[in-house]
Amino acid sequence: MEHENIKYFLELFLSGLTKGSIYALIALGYTMVYGIIEIINFAHGEIYMIGAFTALIVSSVLTMFGFPMIAILILATGTAIIYSSAYGYTIEKIAYKPLRQAPRLSPLISAIGMSIFLQNYVLLAQTENFMKFNSLIPEFEWLKPYKEIIGTEELIIIIISAIVMIALTLIVKYTRLGKAMRATAQDRMMARLVGVSVNKIISFTFIIGSALAAIGGVLIASYIGQINYYIGFIAGLKAFTAAVLGGIGSIPGAVLGGLVLGWTESFGTGYISSDYEDVFAFSLLVLILIFRPEGILGRSTSQKV
Amino acid sequence: MLKLKNINTYYGNIQALKDVSLEIKEGEIITLIGANGAGKTTTLMSISGIVPPKSGEVLFMGKPINDMTSEKIVSMGLCQVPEGRHIFPHLTVTENLDMGAFLRKDKANISKDLNYIFDLFPILNERRNQPGGTLSGGEQQMLAISRALMARPKLLLLDEPSLGLAPIIIRQIFEIIKKINKDSGTTVFLVEQNANLALKAADRGYVMENGRITMTDTGENLLSNEDVKNAYLGM
Repeated sequence: MEHENIKYFLELFLSGLTKGSIYALIALGYTMVYGIIEIINFAHGEIYMIGAFTALIVSSVLTMFGFPMIAILILATGTAIIYSSAYGYTIEKIAYKPLRQAPRLSPLISAIGMSIFLQNYVLLAQTENFMKFNSLIPEFEWLKPYKEIIGTEELIIIIISAIVMIALTLIVKYTRLGKAMRATAQDRMMARLVGVSVNKIISFTFIIGSALAAIGGVLIASYIGQINYYIGFIAGLKAFTAAVLGGIGSIPGAVLGGLVLGWTESFGTGYISSDYEDVFAFSLLVLILIFRPEGILGRSTSQKV
Repeated sequence: MLKLKNINTYYGNIQALKDVSLEIKEGEIITLIGANGAGKTTTLMSISGIVPPKSGEVLFMGKPINDMTSEKIVSMGLCQVPEGRHIFPHLTVTENLDMGAFLRKDKANISKDLNYIFDLFPILNERRNQPGGTLSGGEQQMLAISRALMARPKLLLLDEPSLGLAPIIIRQIFEIIKKINKDSGTTVFLVEQNANLALKAADRGYVMENGRITMTDTGENLLSNEDVKNAYLGM
């Protein structure tokens, strides 16, 4: 009995970690963009959805030609990253750049418009039905005995997310580009005065965020096994919650927020009721906004008068 | 080295600079003095390309720079230390200095310059791994000047380096400015409200009022000018 309880707990812990890793991957895009230009890119969820669709199309074609699974995984993910990044880059140029001097509300409305546009574009180009997404992740034989606790897909999601997030942290901390990103986030005018091309840094931020979302999209589509045009909306909302939870603008905050949200949902559904998954997630958001509005790791910014 | 020809700069509909012309020759220390809101900071921002002038011409080493982006201007060797220092608060002292050398590729010389800076300001060496935002005002001013020096500028624009600092620190900062000018031949354009100190340090000075240049002369002559004495030296 005792043994069963521990196993159940571990199962919930790992499924929370899996979900949380995906939330974190998407939340990083929200938080990095907010850190640099202080807008919420509500079209970010759609970038993730487009990543999943790109991977679906590429993998279907490659499967037809009989490519090996690992090659399909790499090529499909690679194409998804390139496609999503191109969308992210273009969205910034069309929807946000012309509004850089505008009041804060304008880019927000523009973001929501972009999100609706992309959803409907995919709806028209594809279909409104759920489409089957064959898993791109091979089964590991040696993991079979532990199948009840953790599957290959979950393990791969956790590992890839961890690698990607560590790589991102190293880029931001140690490279020239990373320093320029942080400098731009902290003082945009001064960054220009030391010779940073702020436009390039903003584009680069959108590209990196979109690439992370694309990776998240491919992984989650493999995990759940079906996608449609609407998956970006709810995932985007959850990831946004994660970013706010951790402290918007903070990279470690986005990761922590994603994991906390993943665990809240997983333990909530596991121990209380599976009907209330979203209720747990958004109740947590409400609580954080009431008691610690700057988020878990966020810096409270004093309003300049 | 730097020539402003009849520049006019606007913030929206408000004209901040009216037909401003001035000239800075290589190796000089030139100062621009004037009251609050006269347009001194705007002059520097127009030169650096942050608030480009609507009309007129800015020539740097003979080339027009008024249509260039600020990063292009920096890459030509024209650097600014803005008013209020603008240290990147969450970057360490070393990272702030690295940002100063952002456009440089010559790694060996960058580390040599870093050592020169740490010789010039030993306190920055002591605090090298501390976030810039935790330094005192004087230390931040030293860091701001050092960050600009890391770009190896030909012309250094300094906006109110004495602002909010204790008199003893101000004197130290001015000594450093003169030393930089003498040692490496860096041309300095100094904007100051502390007219007395600025005019003493400068070869020539310009006086600005309501967006216009109203007077120009050598530092000494301006110091003894009755109008300047009344308006800016509190005598």
